[in-house]
Amino acid sequence: MAVKPLLPDLMKAHGISRRGFLKYCATLTSAMALPPILAPKVAHALETTTRPSVIWLSFQECTGCTEAITRSHAPTIEDLIFNVISLDYHHTLQAASGDAAEHAREQAMKDNWGNYLVVVDGSIPIGNPGFSTIAGISNLDMLKETAEGAAAIVAVGTCAAYGGIPHANPNPTGAVSVSDIITDKPIINVPGCPPIPIVMTSVLAQFLTFGLDSIEVDKLGRPKAFFGETIHDRCYRRPFYDKGMFAEGFDDEGAREGWCLYKLGCKGPTTRSVCATVKWNGGTSFPIQSGHGCLGCTEPDFWDNGGFYKPLSVPAGEYRKLGLAAVAGGAALGVAGGAVGRANKARAARAHETVDAHDLEKKS
Amino acid sequence: MSTNAEKPHGREALDALKSHISTGNARPVLHEIHAALETLLATGTPATIDLGAIPFAPGDERLLDEVLGKGELSATLTVLGTSHVEETGIPGVWRIDHFDQNGETLSRFVEVTFLPEILKTQRADAEAGLARLAARLEEHDGRTH
Amino acid sequence: MNNPYFDLLMWARGPGFDIALTIMIGGILLRVVEIVVLGRKKDFSKAKGSPIGQGIKTIFTRSVPRKGAMKEAPVTYIGGYVFHIGFAIAFLFLGAHIALVTELIGLSWPAANKALIETATAASVIALIALAWTRVKDPVRRALTRFDDWLVLVISGLPLVSGYIAVNQIFGDPTLMMALHILSAELLMIAFPFTKLMHAVTFAMARYYNGSIQGRKGAES
Repeated sequence: MAVKPLLPDLMKAHGISRRGFLKYCATLTSAMALPPILAPKVAHALETTTRPSVIWLSFQECTGCTEAITRSHAPTIEDLIFNVISLDYHHTLQAASGDAAEHAREQAMKDNWGNYLVVVDGSIPIGNPGFSTIAGISNLDMLKETAEGAAAIVAVGTCAAYGGIPHANPNPTGAVSVSDIITDKPIINVPGCPPIPIVMTSVLAQFLTFGLDSIEVDKLGRPKAFFGETIHDRCYRRPFYDKGMFAEGFDDEGAREGWCLYKLGCKGPTTRSVCATVKWNGGTSFPIQSGHGCLGCTEPDFWDNGGFYKPLSVPAGEYRKLGLAAVAGGAALGVAGGAVGRANKARAARAHETVDAHDLEKKS
Repeated sequence: MSTNAEKPHGREALDALKSHISTGNARPVLHEIHAALETLLATGTPATIDLGAIPFAPGDERLLDEVLGKGELSATLTVLGTSHVEETGIPGVWRIDHFDQNGETLSRFVEVTFLPEILKTQRADAEAGLARLAARLEEHDGRTH
Repeated sequence: MNNPYFDLLMWARGPGFDIALTIMIGGILLRVVEIVVLGRKKDFSKAKGSPIGQGIKTIFTRSVPRKGAMKEAPVTYIGGYVFHIGFAIAFLFLGAHIALVTELIGLSWPAANKALIETATAASVIALIALAWTRVKDPVRRALTRFDDWLVLVISGLPLVSGYIAVNQIFGDPTLMMALHILSAELLMIAFPFTKLMHAVTFAMARYYNGSIQGRKGAES
């Protein structure tokens, strides 16, 4: 088996100067949300670590996460990450298929046992594992088998991290997340529908340059560097929220002036992600800047969050019918109660019953 | 005043529209630059500020450009796309903006230094260059012109 | 994997609200209809004044304390006004609450600056503390106080305090604090028909009754 070249050598072979390598390290450091002063450390790490094997498993997914991470014709930061890693298996991207592909995966696992990284996108159906299979192997079996010798697993996208859209009510396939199945390996969740491309690659880059332990995660397994704050914390429309200026419809004056989208269902206050600062498409924009409220796509069960256009302060259930029933029921009981009361009053009057101060203390 | 032909469209128009968005982060960054320049002159320690690390909207960029101004030196680096390395109107304060082959922004920095590292010739590149020069000299050895 | 804080928020927005709404509306309807059906003893004397007119007038005139009452119990009156007006401003003029009302009954009006809401909230909470203090200090009030009185003081304050904490992210996970705020409002809704909070509805009926009784007699009310 050939020794895999280190990134700087790869770059040299492609005619990229060391200046190019410095440019790459500066950008990567920035993408990992690390201070610029660590760029030399990143450079050093890339110059000395060997290329780890990465096995990418795509399960019940829409391929949006793979699309997001590979979106370009020319080599981009994302593509270069793939040059740092040795992507030994990705059934959407690889040339081989069928048995040859599965053999490549098994060989990569064997050669790198205990050290390879598994990246998963898509949820795993366990209602009937036959709902999603690759080369005749169910997702459930492939995940368990591949995870056995893994150093760590990165669950990319909300489907792999929390179940995502297949997991939404009524969850017909019995879809679950990676962490619902694998409990004995370190799992990093990078949710989003899809996650911001640079966030996905930054997590991979941080794993590669500084190791798994350098990534601090929250209670939901998300790297705190990218999921520490809510959208609301960093939204540029906060001044409008604070001033009470809200868009009431998608085409009204408030919407055109760029006012807060809370009333149009924005889930920014309860959603942790960096969309408001890192943004999408190289920092071009993000949903709120484009005039649509945040969907909350980095949170578990966001598809069942009461509706994308229902504000957070509004009830999500079918309360109207209950309310009307309560009006009718309450009124009916009130009439009955009143009638009973009147009857008691009449009976007491007929019996010439008296009332004194102590009766006021009685409960009934 | 402007004809239809002169009206900005596409990306320019979008940039013009976006330039009124500002987060208020330009002022703290400018003060940080001021402090860094003081430190550079006092101790020779350079500093780098990552503009991608904080919310920085086009309105903030505009203020930064207005205050720092345009300097006398500008260099274009062509590797993995284009990068612009420019000294601003405040000597010692450099803007380094990296773009990829499609012109998409990769990263943006303000470096407070006497000379940005990326402008210097890198030793590894010089060593590779030496080998290339030697090879070319050998190839042209027989020729006089 | 799920987010328990988010699940709690969704419960508060879903079944929690359903339960609270049913109990509150059902309870209010029950008690108000019962009062009306129980009715009043018919007065066969000739009316010396106008019962209906005076009844309605009294609903509004009772909003101003009678002569000397302010001097008697300034904390009660001022505290009472500050609490009620502050609570009303905090509830009725925050954008998120207006969205709730719009969803429920279709009405909408402009929202106020968060600073106004926060000032009103702080004033209301201070007023509640002052009212609790007089209730403890004054021996007559202390003797009259029941569990209902303390309960209502606490559950009226909880939405104000929890709302302030949630919106300003003073502590705790934002999703959890918002869920707790909504749950505290639902607690208030559930307790409504069983406590003296019913006065929010019955005050008009009581003032009307008193006014019309006096009005019929041709007396002042």
